[in-house]
Amino acid sequence: MTALPQLAGNPMQDALNATGIQAAHVENLWWLMFWVCTAVFVAVMVALLASVARARRAEQRDETRVSAQGERRLTRWVAGALAVSAVLLGVLFFASIFTDRALAQLPLEDALHIEVTGYQWWWEAAYDDPTPSNVFTTANELHIPVGRPVMMTLRASDVIHSLWIPNLAGKKDLIPGRTNTLALRADAPGVYRAQCAEFCGWQHANMALFVVAESPADFARWLDAQRKPAAEPTTDAMRHGRDVFEKGTCAMCHAIKGTSANAARAPDLTHVASRRSLGAGVIPNTAEHRAAWVGNAQAIKPGTNMPPQPLPAADFDALLAYLGSLQ
Amino acid sequence: MTAGATVTGGIGRSSTSPPAGAWAEREGVFGALATVDHKRVGRRFIVTAFGFFACAGILAALMRLQLAFPEQTLLSADKYNQIFTTHGTAMMFLFAVPMGQAVAIYLVPLMIGARNIAFPRMVAYAYWVYLIGGVMLFVALILDIGPDAGWFSYTPLAGPQYGIGKRSDFWAQLITFTELSGLMVAVALITTILKFRAPGMSLDRIPLFVWAMLGTNFMIVFGMPAVMVSSTALIMDRLVGTHFFNPAAGGDSLLWQHLFWFFGHPEVYFIFMPGLGVVSAIVAAFSRRPVFAYPAMVLSLNATAFRAFGLWVHHMFATSIPELGKSFFTAASMVIAIPTAIQIFCWIATIATGRIVLRTPMLYILGFFFILVLGGLTGVMLASVPLDLQIHDTYFVVAHLHYVLIGGMVFPIFGGFFYWFPKFAGRMLDEALGKVTFWLMFVGFNVTFFPMHVLGLAGMPRRVYTYPADMGWGPLNLTATIGAAVLAAGVALFVFNVVRSLLRGEQAPDDPWQADTLEWATSSPPGPGNFAEPPVVGSREPLWSPHGIVGRVRGLSVEVPEVLVTTAIDARPDSRNAMPGPSLMPPIAAVLTSVMLISSIFTPWAVVWGTIPVVIALTIWFWPTKRETEQHIKLEKPP
Amino acid sequence: MRAPELAVDAPPMQSGDVDAKTLPSFVYGHRSTMWWGTVGVAAIEGTVFALAIMVYFYVRTRVTVWPPEAPPPDMLWGTVNTVVLLLSLIPNHFTKKAAERRDLHAVRVGMMICIAFAFVFLFVRALELMMLNVRWDTNAYGSAVWFLLGLHTTHLLTDWFDTVVLAVLMFTGPIEGRRFVDASENAMYWNFVVAAWLPIYAVIYLAPRLL
Repeated sequence: MTALPQLAGNPMQDALNATGIQAAHVENLWWLMFWVCTAVFVAVMVALLASVARARRAEQRDETRVSAQGERRLTRWVAGALAVSAVLLGVLFFASIFTDRALAQLPLEDALHIEVTGYQWWWEAAYDDPTPSNVFTTANELHIPVGRPVMMTLRASDVIHSLWIPNLAGKKDLIPGRTNTLALRADAPGVYRAQCAEFCGWQHANMALFVVAESPADFARWLDAQRKPAAEPTTDAMRHGRDVFEKGTCAMCHAIKGTSANAARAPDLTHVASRRSLGAGVIPNTAEHRAAWVGNAQAIKPGTNMPPQPLPAADFDALLAYLGSLQ
Repeated sequence: MTAGATVTGGIGRSSTSPPAGAWAEREGVFGALATVDHKRVGRRFIVTAFGFFACAGILAALMRLQLAFPEQTLLSADKYNQIFTTHGTAMMFLFAVPMGQAVAIYLVPLMIGARNIAFPRMVAYAYWVYLIGGVMLFVALILDIGPDAGWFSYTPLAGPQYGIGKRSDFWAQLITFTELSGLMVAVALITTILKFRAPGMSLDRIPLFVWAMLGTNFMIVFGMPAVMVSSTALIMDRLVGTHFFNPAAGGDSLLWQHLFWFFGHPEVYFIFMPGLGVVSAIVAAFSRRPVFAYPAMVLSLNATAFRAFGLWVHHMFATSIPELGKSFFTAASMVIAIPTAIQIFCWIATIATGRIVLRTPMLYILGFFFILVLGGLTGVMLASVPLDLQIHDTYFVVAHLHYVLIGGMVFPIFGGFFYWFPKFAGRMLDEALGKVTFWLMFVGFNVTFFPMHVLGLAGMPRRVYTYPADMGWGPLNLTATIGAAVLAAGVALFVFNVVRSLLRGEQAPDDPWQADTLEWATSSPPGPGNFAEPPVVGSREPLWSPHGIVGRVRGLSVEVPEVLVTTAIDARPDSRNAMPGPSLMPPIAAVLTSVMLISSIFTPWAVVWGTIPVVIALTIWFWPTKRETEQHIKLEKPP
Repeated sequence: MRAPELAVDAPPMQSGDVDAKTLPSFVYGHRSTMWWGTVGVAAIEGTVFALAIMVYFYVRTRVTVWPPEAPPPDMLWGTVNTVVLLLSLIPNHFTKKAAERRDLHAVRVGMMICIAFAFVFLFVRALELMMLNVRWDTNAYGSAVWFLLGLHTTHLLTDWFDTVVLAVLMFTGPIEGRRFVDASENAMYWNFVVAAWLPIYAVIYLAPRLL
């Protein structure tokens, strides 16, 4: 079925631009429902307008209208319309059930397991693996291999959130005290944007996530890089920056694998420079934006849980140099 | 005068003019505060509900201004969150449900040939409680401590840990105010409809509007308690440390959702059903024939009322509820379309075989058909679990809900305003302005909300104070904002029309539309006591059938306001009831209740010491006076 | 299409007319509006109780051990109160019948006995609340139990107060026929409060032991 002409939107966050099988099933259902409902709507409006036209003529001609025979004929019409409506509803109901079944039948062999935890206003993703040393945590950006199923376990640390990657699948809620799951598969490479879809407070509007679907080879390279501990500093400035990080307030919330910082209250920064965005999709991840964010995240995303960092200039520049090296 | 005439003050005049003495309204401030005349209380209720509609509409305008362009900073995130929460809360709890109740308070006694509503002081009390609660909500917003967790106030966001300050307490207590008010009005309306009908007006002869209000109020009796329970549990979690919604201590955030939506889904039918009643009234009058298939219409209304309680989980499809359970609710949510479809087809059949009068009230009904049917169809889409998982919590739902609520309730109510304004105010609204108002509202509405379907599918979630520039959502958002301006212009023109008509509108006759229901058999506006001699009814269309009115009720007292009480099903005359006169106790008790409720936001002990003055006031309210008792004893006749 | 206007000078009673003077000015049971008001309140409050019971069982599904972190509430005072409440139905019924006969003396006596029962069951309720073995802020189970008991206690209090007010009125006057209807409807409300207690008792005291 053809997609709607691009009246709105961006193809990277679009339910009608399905690039994964789960979203594709739903998109098919959408078009079926859309055409059936449009047909019904048009039919009802035509009937209404025709009735209005008849009634206007009758008023102009001052006719009397109601008769027992007329009422019986009307009963047949109404009953007929009702029967057609019931049949169409039945069709849509079964279409919905079939789509449900198709979604439940996503083959899950060799699925990639990711544990996603929602926080006020960012996403934590832990890539699971049978080998403990291969487990790593990242934030606000997922990479997944094209053609391979992904099974996400969804939890919430504070309030209810909802993970919605429209190009790939319907949404699922992240509910504190409960575990939910979302299974999907990307069938075309691309960068897809997801957003939190359950009002979660102050900065709900700025809680996005990027899902990068890439070839298995590219994915394997990314996985390898993410599994490694943080890059060793190569300059004095970077070494000083790491010092600032480990001994200052940063380490109270953030972790960098391979350093002494291992708090888990904020995004893991081991490979922060490799990410496309900062602040859960709020700003692009460039040197200037990094500096602005670290300096005063409140000015960019008011209410975020990261306090401003009023460091002396030398420390600040060193810290930024170090963070910029964490590919 | 012939020998057989009974000698009472009212007999010398026509049946439509007011009786002397017993029902007379008091003057001045006392009269205004103490009135127990359902028409006066009803009018004030309607005006207040409209006022909240306008205030919530202004909030919507602010939201649309903020969203007209991406990344605007007109409203901060926090301010926007308070504003959208208050917009939804006010529209649902302070406008949509109370407006249907208010219109019923005014019209139901008239339509059933009664002289007043049952429990009139309780209805007056309900009004004041509602008014004070609503004002409290807006004061909280203005003081920047307004609730900010959405009109549905999910936990844990609204709970003690993440819902800081008193914001969500104001929300929860607003619920207490509006539910108290709504439940009292529901009991009064049900009693009125079942016991105060004119003799001969058996249940199969009551107007469809009255059936709709009977269904609505039964739903309210069984549906509103759920939100009372949930909001009380929320206040307790926040104030005294209970753990209903705290997963760390055995509670559950989904419990909130179940309790809230068990109320919340029927609530949209509390809103929709009065609209359905208004549509029947206007379609009949403006097609010059009774609505086709009255029994089918009645069954559909009642079926809808029952089924409304079986859909609530469709608001929770994205949670971790088992899939099989969800499918049940898909079926239920689709099946409820059937009784509504029956009504739509019956109305179209009525028009097709009628003689249409295309005046403003009927235009609004045609608008209703277009908008509500479209909204109902998107509802069928949302009923499907897999499709819902894509469009849930997006602008698609914003579009759907406004199509069904504005199409299903606001358009009929505006049609109802144009239809019944002559009866409420004794003047006609300007017809030419009315037509312009309709078109502004119809076009404005569709331009505002239709694009939102596309925005939702294009990835725009709900409840966002801004959106990035590179998402491409800007143009449709701007379109929606422009549509909102047109819609607002229509509403403003309506207000202008009302004010102008009140000042210098054309005087209205008793029955400007030549309609079929009993309110049109009184003067415009009706006098105190409505009917000097209430009618005895002989058919379903008392003003259209040759034997519509077969007699009069004589012998009701003129010293004491008496109403006739009839049997619940057949409306056989059964007893007479002396009604209370004007009293200041309802507003006084309402103020004391409000003090108790608002104080208890700040300390739980207020529930204890605040109750004492309320109890004293209620005792004084109940306590009969010697004078009243003596008057009653003079008229007394035991069963 | 309209019925003919009535003449300005009222004609004599016609066959369809109703003479309200022949009708009683107060009636009992479902013939009275007071009954409908009371039944309306009972429907609302009954729904609230049902929902509170559902909350209790919902919370139960979230844990494996029930009750969590506490022994079940002591049976003694709850059972005593159930007996007291059931016994109170006797003077309540007597009062209702007396009201329907408009026997003022019997109504006064009946109400005094009912009020005596009310003092007893309120006192025992206080004892119950002290022996629940859990606080409302301990966990969700505690919250649900206190919620149920709190709701019912509120009804006991309003029942007691309504009866006191009516009883005083029966002594001081002014009395008319309608006050007997009020007394009869008050008795019906009393029946509702007692009837509502039985499932709540079962849920709070029996369910944790039997289920």
